[in-house]
Amino acid sequence: MSETIVFGLCAAVVAGLGLYGAIVNPQPLRKILAFNLLGSGVFLFFGVVARRGAAAGFPGDPIPQALVITGVVVAFSATALALALLLRYFDATGSASLRDGAASNAGPESTDA
Amino acid sequence: MTIVPALDLFVAGVVLIVAVWTVVARDSSSAVVGFVAYGLLLALVWVRLGAPDVALTEAAIGSGLTGALLIGAAARLRAGESSTSAEHLGGVGRTLVAALATIVAAAIAVALLSLPDPAPSLAPEAAANAGATGLGNPITNVLMAFRAMDTMLEKFVLVIALVGVWSLAPDGAWGGRPRSYHRADPEGALVFLARVLPPLGVVLGIYVLWVSADHPGGAFQGATILAAMWLVVLMAGLGDVPEVGRQQLRLMLVAGPVVFLIVGLGGLLLGGAFLSYPQDWAKPVILAIEFAMILTVAATLALLVAGPPERSAEP
Repeated sequence: MSETIVFGLCAAVVAGLGLYGAIVNPQPLRKILAFNLLGSGVFLFFGVVARRGAAAGFPGDPIPQALVITGVVVAFSATALALALLLRYFDATGSASLRDGAASNAGPESTDA
Repeated sequence: MTIVPALDLFVAGVVLIVAVWTVVARDSSSAVVGFVAYGLLLALVWVRLGAPDVALTEAAIGSGLTGALLIGAAARLRAGESSTSAEHLGGVGRTLVAALATIVAAAIAVALLSLPDPAPSLAPEAAANAGATGLGNPITNVLMAFRAMDTMLEKFVLVIALVGVWSLAPDGAWGGRPRSYHRADPEGALVFLARVLPPLGVVLGIYVLWVSADHPGGAFQGATILAAMWLVVLMAGLGDVPEVGRQQLRLMLVAGPVVFLIVGLGGLLLGGAFLSYPQDWAKPVILAIEFAMILTVAATLALLVAGPPERSAEP
């Protein structure tokens, strides 16, 4: 069962990397990307737990695996919504920065909000 | 005998290198490309963890569709990228965050190494009750029968996310069409692929749903392939995104959740529990839900990638 250790530690590092990236990177797009990385580390951890529960002739416990499939689809919906918000913000302000005051050079569209 | 553990270490190493690249790459487009590669490599890891269904989902949705969304967003945001480069954290802040991330990663690693042995598992129960539905794939059993409530709620999440995206439309484009893609060269490879691929892709998508009764596959994975085929046609300019206010489109978007809900309430009336399937009809009922779902999910996923309406509805 060495693959559960190898990929489990891999999941831990990926989750840590995602957390680091989500805080350190200033661009919102990079934060969304890092947040997805963090999530996939958690999914991978779930997969390792499922693999450890292999029994009854199945290569892994099917319940956590099915939950990960649901989780991946929900993560995609959340990413799509986050990116749509970001692009709308960018169109309205002409800036992709979240810093206060960075949106002061508002574009013409910001008046119809 | 040592080749497999060595391969595991190699794959884990490559996954980590690509993950680091995704975080530290200088410009967003490179980071997005790194993320797509990361998702595809992760699919290999899922196969090694004995989860081919999850591997298909990761490759199709986690890497493919999310990648398409992210590349589109990165291209549009390129103009605003330079203005944010001065906002990086200082050295002290970075060190603190790195320490925090290391602690979190270490905590997860410790939790992993101290998991109980033998691991608790619901696999025996899943195997014992597999006969009740007549499906051979344990994952489909869990998704469509044992934990069908999760799957139904996830359908609602998809539709609600789409409502959220659409509500970001500017006032003038309310109920109109999402932004169009650049006109592709009519003699180019994209247009050629958009004519050749969809017939094969549609068959493949339905096949992936059909075999999921007994083999790896499923409604989401099949729906993602159908959505990808539609997106190829849209990107090649061979078709236009429909107006989001259209009645037929909206009916299609709610068909999956509504069928699921009707079956659920029917179970409440006939069998005494929400989402309980009639004993001898479980498989046909599940297939009916899945076929209603694949249309809805395919349309929802493609429209999530297409984004909010930006062109006004024609009178």
